Amino acid sequence: MRTFWTTTVAAGAAALAATAASAGEKLTVYTALEADQYPAYLESFKAAHPDIDLEIVRDSTGIVTAKLLAEKANPVADVVWGLAATSLMLLDAEDLLMPYAPAGLDAIKPNMRDSADTPSWVGMDVWSSAICFNTVEAAKKNVPAPASWQDLTKPAYKGHLVMPNPASSGTGYLMVSAWLQIMGEADGWAFMDALHQNIATYTHSGSKPCKQAAAGEFTVGLSFEYRANKSKKEGAPLDIILPSEGLGWDMEAVGIISATDAPEAAKTFADWAVSEEAMRLYAENFAIVAMPGVQKPLEFVPATIEDMLIDNDFAWAAENRERILSEWSKRYDGKSEPKS
Amino acid sequence: MRALPDAGTRLRQGLSSDDWTLRAGILVILAYLTVTLLLPMSALLSKALEDRSGAFVGLQNFARYFATPSLSNSIGNSLFVGLVSTAICVSLAFVYAYGLTRTLMPGRAVFRLLGAIPLLVPSLLPAIALVYMFGNQGYASGLLMGESIYGPIGIIIGSVFWTFPHALIILITALSLSDARLYEASEALGASPWRTFWTVTISGARYGILSAIFVVFTLVVTDFGVPKVIGGQFNVLATDVYKQVVGQQNFEMGAVVGLVLLLPAVLSFLVDRIVQSRQGVQLTGRSIPYAPKANRKVDLALGGACLLIGLAIVSVLGTAFFAAFAKLWPYDLSFSLRHFDFDNMDGGGWASYVNSLRMAGLTAVFGTAIIFIGAYLVEKTRGFRAGREAVHFLALLPMAVPGLVLGLGYIFFFNAPGNPLNFIYGTMAILVLCTIAHFYSVAHLTAVTALKQLDPEFETVSQSLRVPVRRTFLAVTVPVSLPAIRDVAIYLFVNAMTTVSAVVFLYSPATSLASVAALNMDDAGDIAPAAAMGVLIFCTAALVRVIYTVLTAGLLRATQRWRHR
Repeated sequence: MRTFWTTTVAAGAAALAATAASAGEKLTVYTALEADQYPAYLESFKAAHPDIDLEIVRDSTGIVTAKLLAEKANPVADVVWGLAATSLMLLDAEDLLMPYAPAGLDAIKPNMRDSADTPSWVGMDVWSSAICFNTVEAAKKNVPAPASWQDLTKPAYKGHLVMPNPASSGTGYLMVSAWLQIMGEADGWAFMDALHQNIATYTHSGSKPCKQAAAGEFTVGLSFEYRANKSKKEGAPLDIILPSEGLGWDMEAVGIISATDAPEAAKTFADWAVSEEAMRLYAENFAIVAMPGVQKPLEFVPATIEDMLIDNDFAWAAENRERILSEWSKRYDGKSEPKS
Repeated sequence: MRALPDAGTRLRQGLSSDDWTLRAGILVILAYLTVTLLLPMSALLSKALEDRSGAFVGLQNFARYFATPSLSNSIGNSLFVGLVSTAICVSLAFVYAYGLTRTLMPGRAVFRLLGAIPLLVPSLLPAIALVYMFGNQGYASGLLMGESIYGPIGIIIGSVFWTFPHALIILITALSLSDARLYEASEALGASPWRTFWTVTISGARYGILSAIFVVFTLVVTDFGVPKVIGGQFNVLATDVYKQVVGQQNFEMGAVVGLVLLLPAVLSFLVDRIVQSRQGVQLTGRSIPYAPKANRKVDLALGGACLLIGLAIVSVLGTAFFAAFAKLWPYDLSFSLRHFDFDNMDGGGWASYVNSLRMAGLTAVFGTAIIFIGAYLVEKTRGFRAGREAVHFLALLPMAVPGLVLGLGYIFFFNAPGNPLNFIYGTMAILVLCTIAHFYSVAHLTAVTALKQLDPEFETVSQSLRVPVRRTFLAVTVPVSLPAIRDVAIYLFVNAMTTVSAVVFLYSPATSLASVAALNMDDAGDIAPAAAMGVLIFCTAALVRVIYTVLTAGLLRATQRWRHR
């Protein structure tokens, strides 16, 4: 099935390099990377491999995952790149991924790859929750700066919060999964019930809450650190807050779809995706990347971020994803806007 | 139904080769409409009765739909915003149309232009502008008195904006057709102006009003640009279809919601047809067209009302322009072009804009040719009534089919593995085919109306002179019908530029479109770039309209001189 999603063609008409084994091959790459991140990555790939044509299909984590699962019988994608590790684990459980050890696998942090000897997926970077707090609007509306997740359930925040819908947004899901893990299921849902009272709207994408906080449309946006850093860099009056209970996080990872008809080109892509050069590019956007020596702190994100990541049980988060999302939708989606 | 007048005699006379050409043409158009309209719709129907693996499950999906409150609640929500928007929109459009047709208020030509503006923007643009006007950072949010624009209020205001010209066109036509003798009679009988207004004006325009009500209601309920952008947590049917299909890849449930959405559309289509068939007897050869007389009080009052409505339209559009060029709303309002850096955003970048131009151009060229020839065949073929009526029926069907539903049917039909046409899936061709089908009805009616004005003697004379029908068509019919052909082409172009609903399911990475890009940028939180893209679409549509009018003006003068003998 061809696509009808948020998409981007990032394929130039690549000059055919007659020497390359995979001359003129075309790869369809599904990704949930941000639209303002991956063009820079792709430039590096294209420079190294002008003979491989890339067709990039980009959307939110939930949508890319749903699409890959829906296309299970007849996959279109050759490579999945920059998708949440929890989603890749789901795909792996469905036997959709081809185990492959990319060149340079030894240099990858052991806790940032599939633990099998020949991994089905390899991590690229860590992305984690962060709160975008608009100081100008907060002062105007007398909204105190939150220090913890629990703070956000206070009445002072009513109508000032916006968070991503976890069904469509990976950033949303890693928050929900983290709350359930650190608070326990019962308390976690009770927390979200209380939070729901304060949420103004749930957004489709994980970036939108921070962009809306940056524009002052809502005062507090539950989002992630890359977007927070970027929006602040662009001049928005934001404070980046890392709540004290700990941060939900997930890895962006790369994997090869086993049904690919271009396995060599797909392997070339996977090799590049975990290469040092690619890691340096990821490090421009994320504080923690899979190659230890390469990472560097982000300009506006507190350096403590790595210590604040929760002890994340990925297997649990992947296995329970569908159950958690359907419970979430039942509780909070489709309710008409509270009349307040 | 009228009895067929002369089929018997015709047959006895034998059919000329021209007759066979025309009949073959009818069959071709019939096949075309079957493939691009009927089969996709039946694919949708059967999909709603299947489970994920494709097995037939009867009404099980429908049972599940009605057992899921978060889905079925949307029916009430859709009805609510549909009814309120319709009431407001038709009332405003009536006042506006009344001012344009029944008074001598100043600036009528300008008001006419202003009223048409919303036709040139994608429906999500007014919603984006509303965020800037009435959102939490909006410059006019105080007017909402604490209510949130995200939800029914926003949907209603946005819907009224973009459906306004649709109601306006119908009401202008309805109010223009009026017999001055009725007013004289009413005056002579001593009726008060108020009474005359109700018994003559409203009564005379009642079919137009009804028609406007149904058209607007259908447009509001089936639109998804406005609720997608500003609906917040207020779910409506149109956004549900999108969420089920795109968000959850649940195509079967998407088909079910699509069919639920089809109901109000089909219903209002049927009522509208009945209403239309009753109209038309109001003006006879003896009627005297009503000419408004100057009346200071009325002119001032309606001029004021129209001014307010016109200002509202301009301020929505103006806000979108401002947002597109302001650096960082609301903190830094200096001029900036950075929101036009589409290549670093979701939606396909500048390539999507180029794609949209191509798609609109192809739709205008091929759509106009197909639709005009189809209308010609329906009007000019002798006999073969069954074929002609079948084409006419299929041509009107798209009016009752919401774009989202049509697009969904296209996925099911064209993406079926066994379909020999599967190769067009994901290409520009499917976008063009779908868009032509989506906007077929109005274009078809425009062409039919123009063709009806032509004297059938042209064909009879050419036939007796043994001129082939093809030549008569090209040498007489086409040049004479040029104004209608131009209108159809512009109509198709503008709608292809602005539409989101059908194509949102059908584009591929290589064929992303500008209007869909605006939607996706808004989804990702890039609302200013979404406004920028919307503004770009508006400018393009407006520019093409102007250029086209200027370019064809000379051609029209050359071919239309006969009208002014």
